[in-house]
Amino acid sequence: MTDAVKIANRNFSVFYGATRALRGITLDVPAHRILGIIGPAGSGKTALLRAMNRLNDLNPDCRVEGQILLDGVDIYQPDFDAVRLRKRVGMVFALPVPLPLSLFDNIVYGPRLSGIRARTRLNALVEGSLQAAFLWDEVKDRLHTSAMRLSGGQQQRLCLARVLAMEPEVILLDEPCSGLDPISTARIEEALIALKSKYTIVLVTNNTKQAARVADTTAFLFQGELVEVGPTGQIFTMPKDQRTNDYVSGRFG
Amino acid sequence: MIISPRNTQALAVTLLGGATGLTLAILVFVIVFILGKGLPVISLGFLFDNPQEMGKAGGIFPTLVGTLILPLVAIFIALPAGVGTAVYLSEYTVENPATRIIRFGTDCLAGIPSIIFGLFGFIFFVTTLKMGWCILSGALTLAIMVLPTIIRTSEEAIKAVPASYREVSCSLGATRWETVLKVVLPNALPGIVTGVMLSIGRCIGETAAVIFTAGASLRLPHSVFDSTRTMAVHFYILAREGISNENAYGTAAVLILSVLLVNSLSYWMMNRFIARRTK
Repeated sequence: MTDAVKIANRNFSVFYGATRALRGITLDVPAHRILGIIGPAGSGKTALLRAMNRLNDLNPDCRVEGQILLDGVDIYQPDFDAVRLRKRVGMVFALPVPLPLSLFDNIVYGPRLSGIRARTRLNALVEGSLQAAFLWDEVKDRLHTSAMRLSGGQQQRLCLARVLAMEPEVILLDEPCSGLDPISTARIEEALIALKSKYTIVLVTNNTKQAARVADTTAFLFQGELVEVGPTGQIFTMPKDQRTNDYVSGRFG
Repeated sequence: MIISPRNTQALAVTLLGGATGLTLAILVFVIVFILGKGLPVISLGFLFDNPQEMGKAGGIFPTLVGTLILPLVAIFIALPAGVGTAVYLSEYTVENPATRIIRFGTDCLAGIPSIIFGLFGFIFFVTTLKMGWCILSGALTLAIMVLPTIIRTSEEAIKAVPASYREVSCSLGATRWETVLKVVLPNALPGIVTGVMLSIGRCIGETAAVIFTAGASLRLPHSVFDSTRTMAVHFYILAREGISNENAYGTAAVLILSVLLVNSLSYWMMNRFIARRTK
C-alpha cells in the first residue's frame, strides 16, 4: 500500500490500573480510507480508539506506553494540547449520547467552542453536517426541539453530524451501530462511505459483516494484540493467521 | 393473629400508612394552629407599618426587610464558595485522603448546632473584626452555617450528571472548565437549587446564629453595615419577653407563608428552566 499515513501507532500499549488492555500495537491508519477494527469483546479495540484522541486521559487509572503519531507528530508528547487534538480527531460513541439541548445546539456545540459565533456560519454548518449524515430531511423542521426526542438511529446520525460540524480530520467510531436497527445501520454506513473522501475514518465494530461492507483496510485485534491487518478483501477471504480465519468465519467471538 | 405473608403485608401497609398519616397530621396541625392564631392579626398595616412599643403595637415591616436581605446576602456569599468546592471536589480531584478530609470536615460543619456558629460569628466577625452587629456579620455567619448543605447537595447533583455527557463534551473539543460550564452545571442546576432552597429555609428560620451577629435592631436597615432583626428573631423576642402573643403569632404566620412562597416560586422557576432546555 502506498497510501499516505494519517495516524501511526508505534509499539503502543494501554494499561487500566494493572491490566494491560493493549500490547505494543503498531498500526497505520491510512488517510481518506475507512480502517475497520474487529475483534471479540475485551480485545482492546475501544482502548485503541480512545487512545487516538486521548479520551483515555479522563480516566485517572489509565496509563500509556509507546507513540501515536498524527501527521508525524507524537500526540502523547508532554506539550501536545489534547483539547486541540480532539477538535481534529472526532469521536462517535457506541451509544448515541445527545446532550440535553436542541438539535441545533448539539451540532454547534463544537463550533461554538472554537469561537464561531456568526449565525449564518452556524446555520450553514448545521445544514451541511446534517446533510452529510443523511439526517437533514428528517429533522429540518424541528432543529430547535430537544435532541432527546429523536429515535435511536436519528440520535446516532445526529452524533455523527455533531462531529462533522467540528470539521475534523479524523473520525473515530466506536461500534456506532451496536444499538441500531438494520435500516439505521445502513444509513450510517452509507454516510461513512460518502465521507471518506473528506475524512480519515476508523471504525471499531463488533459486526464483522459491517467491516466487510465498508472498510478498505481491516485490522483484527485479539486479547490486546494486533493479530493481522490488511486489505479487507484479503482479511475476509484469505487471512494469514488461523485466529483471524476462525474469527471472521464465525468460529468464535 | 396468625403470622402469614398476607397478614404481615396488611400489617406493614397499616403501620407505614399510619406513620405517613401521623406525619401529615402533625404538619397540618402545626400550620393550622399557627395560621389560625396568626392570620387574624395580619393586615396591610401589620405588614407595612413600623413597629411601636417594641413590637407590642404597629407592624413588622423592618423585620420583613431583614428576613429578605439576610438570607439573600448569605446565599450570595455561600453559593459561589459552595458550588466552587463541589465542582472542585467532583470534577478536578480523584478520591484521595485530602478530599476525604474535606468531605469529613464539611459533614462535621453540618452537625454543629447553630448557636455555636452564632457565638463564633459574635467573637470573630462582631468583636475581633470589629464589624459590630450588622447584616454582613449575620450573613457571613449564616453562609458558613449553610455551606455544608450547599456543598453536599451540589456535589450529589454534579455526580448525578451522566459521565457520558462529560465524555461527549470533551470529545467535541471542550476543556474541563468549558464542560463544567456548558454541560455539568446546567444539568446539575435543579439539585443545586434544591440545596439553595434548603439553605434559604434554614436562614429564614434561624434565630440563635442571627441574634448574636446581626443583632435585633427594629430600625429599617440602610446598608449591610446596619443591624437588623429577622422575623424569626422578632417572634422569639415578642414571645420570650411577653411583649405581645398576638403579634408573635402574626409574625410566625407571615414567616410560614413566606417560606411557602419562596419554595413555590423557586420550583416554578426551576421547572420553567428545565422545560426551556428540553422543549
